Amino acid sequence: MTAAIPAWAETAVALLLVSSGIFVVISAVGFVRLSDFFLRMHPPSLAYTFGSWCVTLAASIYFSATESRAVLHPWLIPVTLAMTVPVTTLLLARVALFRRRSAGAADTPPPLGPRPGS
Amino acid sequence: MSTLLPLAIVFTLGCYGFASALVLVRLMRGPRAQDRVFALDLLYLHALLVMLVLGIAHHSDVYFEAALLIALFSFVSSSALAKFILRGEVIE
Repeated sequence: MTAAIPAWAETAVALLLVSSGIFVVISAVGFVRLSDFFLRMHPPSLAYTFGSWCVTLAASIYFSATESRAVLHPWLIPVTLAMTVPVTTLLLARVALFRRRSAGAADTPPPLGPRPGS
Repeated sequence: MSTLLPLAIVFTLGCYGFASALVLVRLMRGPRAQDRVFALDLLYLHALLVMLVLGIAHHSDVYFEAALLIALFSFVSSSALAKFILRGEVIE
């Protein structure tokens, strides 16, 4: 916190950081309070998208303003998250569906497509 | 230099800490294993965001590489755990 930074950039970075913190808290509250696993999968996407985008934009603005050049490498983080998080989420959804099906829950949808045996 | 940015950094880190405590509640209480895996994945994300904010706070580029590594490790560990729950093995 020693580098000189213009006032507008400091304000923008502070606002983006605070909004990212608020998004992350909202997603965590939703993750704890919702009742079902499939409902619970939705709030974390708020943190995965808006939370990480706001912090990345803040870091990009901060380093660009203090080093007087365009600093774009923080955007690698949202790109990495956008590639990896859907895979993890889809795998976990399939895990939940498979375990509910094998536990014999009544309201589980049947598998798509023809059964291999029939 | 004003105190706006340090205040915002402290507030953001506090928000992340509070959110991590809430997610830890779900990790302890989660009724099924997939809830716990998802909570672990979310904790990885919070660690990543903390790393980025610390990079701004200390004006250092090293934290960015740590954040990228955390993103990759979160993908590997969560997908391996999900595969293990689904099939009983990670690599068949």
